Amino acid sequence: MRHTISVMVKNQAGVLSRVSNLFSARGYNIDSLVVGVTDDPKISRITIVVRGDERIIDQVEKQLNKLIDVIKVVDLTHDDFISRDLALIKVKAEAHTRSQVMEIVQCFDGKIVDVALKSFIIEVTGKESKINAMVELLKNYGVLEMVRTGEVAISRGKKVHEEEGPKVKMRAGKAGQANL
Amino acid sequence: MAKNKLKTGAQMVVDVLVDEGVDILWGLTGGAILPVFDALYQNSDRIKLVDTRHEQGAIHMAEGYAKATGKVGVCVVTSGPGATNIVTGLTDAYMDSVPLVAITGQVPSHLIGTDAFQEADVVGITRSCTKHNFLVKNIQELPQIMRDAFFIARSGRPGPVLVDLPKDIAAASAEVAIPKHASIPLSKFVPTPDFNEIAKMAELIKGAKKPLIYAGGGVINANASEALYKFARKTNIPVTLTLMGLGAYPAGDRQFIDMLGMHGSYRANMALTYCDLLIAIGSRFDDRVTGKLSEFSPHSKKIHIDVDPTSIGKNVKVEAHTLGDMNTILAALTKQSVSKEYEGWYDELDAWQKKHPLAYQQNPGGKVLPQFAVDEIYRLTKGDAIITTEVGQHQMWAAQFYKFNKARRWITSGGLGTMGFGFPAAIGASFAFPDATVIDIAGDGSFQMTMQELAVMKEHDLNVKVVVLNNKFLGMVKQWQDLFFDKRYASTSIPVQPDFVKLADCYGIKGYRAETPRETTQVLAEAFKIKGPAIVEIVVDEEEHVYPMVPAGAANKDMVLSKEEDRAQAMAAMKLKLKGGRK
Repeated sequence: MRHTISVMVKNQAGVLSRVSNLFSARGYNIDSLVVGVTDDPKISRITIVVRGDERIIDQVEKQLNKLIDVIKVVDLTHDDFISRDLALIKVKAEAHTRSQVMEIVQCFDGKIVDVALKSFIIEVTGKESKINAMVELLKNYGVLEMVRTGEVAISRGKKVHEEEGPKVKMRAGKAGQANL
Repeated sequence: MAKNKLKTGAQMVVDVLVDEGVDILWGLTGGAILPVFDALYQNSDRIKLVDTRHEQGAIHMAEGYAKATGKVGVCVVTSGPGATNIVTGLTDAYMDSVPLVAITGQVPSHLIGTDAFQEADVVGITRSCTKHNFLVKNIQELPQIMRDAFFIARSGRPGPVLVDLPKDIAAASAEVAIPKHASIPLSKFVPTPDFNEIAKMAELIKGAKKPLIYAGGGVINANASEALYKFARKTNIPVTLTLMGLGAYPAGDRQFIDMLGMHGSYRANMALTYCDLLIAIGSRFDDRVTGKLSEFSPHSKKIHIDVDPTSIGKNVKVEAHTLGDMNTILAALTKQSVSKEYEGWYDELDAWQKKHPLAYQQNPGGKVLPQFAVDEIYRLTKGDAIITTEVGQHQMWAAQFYKFNKARRWITSGGLGTMGFGFPAAIGASFAFPDATVIDIAGDGSFQMTMQELAVMKEHDLNVKVVVLNNKFLGMVKQWQDLFFDKRYASTSIPVQPDFVKLADCYGIKGYRAETPRETTQVLAEAFKIKGPAIVEIVVDEEEHVYPMVPAGAANKDMVLSKEEDRAQAMAAMKLKLKGGRK
């Protein structure tokens, strides 16, 4: 099954590498991985779309949690969440097809952000499936180039890394506490 | 004049080491780490630095020390090749959960990324074989990083932490206070036990007729041997241990049924197969224990107690589990658990033991059997020695025939299976317990991988005995070739070898050699009598195999128990082939 996992990490050099390394070292498959800073500049948020059965997803979550720079891992899949993908698509638009392409863009709530003699660049956001559908249609006219961000996601209402705070009481680590 | 509180980065490193209780570390110097070695030199009254001949030696010594004491082992090496030479040791420590801090020199900050002399991307290289690693970016963060490194290494499931320290930062001076605490909460590593699950476990134990405790190295890491003993004795449940767990439960106890797994006892593996409740404590259902997963302990419900969340449900589904401090969990579980006789179950275990005990037949006039040699080591040291091993057949024989009644007496490379581990590990353990007899039970192949550290053993006059069970083969691989590759000994025969007695002599160490059972007893007794380093070479029967053996990918109950049985199976396979004819 496809899972959307949100990972809060310390905004530090090497963190992304640690996360992606974990996936490659343990053989988990990533569909997409997006990283960006949060409202707190010290924290970044990585959104990972990963496929696997329950056991694999469970391991992914636990292994991520073990990384020192990871603050919080939430599998959004079980929550009510909003996910969006953004695509920039360069599509052929010749004189006789222009209006048809524009119609498609309108249907999908996209925007034409650049117009050239024989092509458009279209910007569109939405769920992955919506963008896929649009791309399928545009292929009939000739997609010249495309770039997509991958999925970013956020749960409705609550703020995941506050309200679902850690079950255990936080205790500052002391030096000299052996073997816990 | 105002008091100058400026300190170099190197001095800060030493100060944190001292504050963390480090009184010994192992290393090999070089250009980029020079400032740190200079600071260590100036603080030699506070910390003992042992110079090794190879960085791999340094890190395995730190591991041996850590495994023998439970404290964090420390090694310090230079950049580039110095750092890459410890990668095997880091991986070994990561697999076997050994608390370790490795400090590596790095080229000066402004040269990083320029392919400078002796530059390597050490944090990149070691990212997947350390619990965590740091590249120090400025001197301000150095003391906190050092503090965190120790905290991470020892907390929860222990592991190696690497600090990569650029030369300019080690040499720079600043006024930075040394923080008292780590910047990470302990809860990151030690979850709180779930007492509902513990109650559920007690219920499962109550309903069980054939329960079995399967404990591992996690018990030793948590210093919970005592708690395990109390739990087992109160409940009267039989105990088997993993390779890493040996010593966690006294081998002389009537409830102990020997090691389990690929080369475990018949009794233990049959118990594993036929138990109705399996209680895993500080063990991780490793493939060498489970054998064929789909047929692993098919009749049992399973309980898992550990400190590492990722160990739960990784390979095997369990009915009840809890995470956290093992002493707390075991104490709670002991309190709630019932005590029963399990008469029928113990009868079954006895019958299995009677049918196929761990045994060997030493012919007094014949070649020395390696099992006999291990048995003699056990008898002569009265089970009081610290035993380290290399990796291979000798390791399994040591595990089978040396009986450990206490934890931290058995030091072996389990997860990674690092040949060359045992000798430097013995040196590390000997520094921790200078009066103890530390014995590296070695194979001829493994010992030759790290034997340059003989110089360290001599220099510090350590009470370490290297017992080389010499069969002039990489024996374990040969065993597989015997069984599965029609005796084609590709690259396993190593006929050209040093004269180990002369080798000892050229280092100024006592050397012994035995070729018969009688000589074996004699030279071992002699070597153990005098304090100090020695090499004992025992020429053993190269045809001997380790049994029982669960062939890789087979179910535990399908152990091969003897060569005769091997032959019978081979014949059967051959017949089948002939019947099939040519295709």
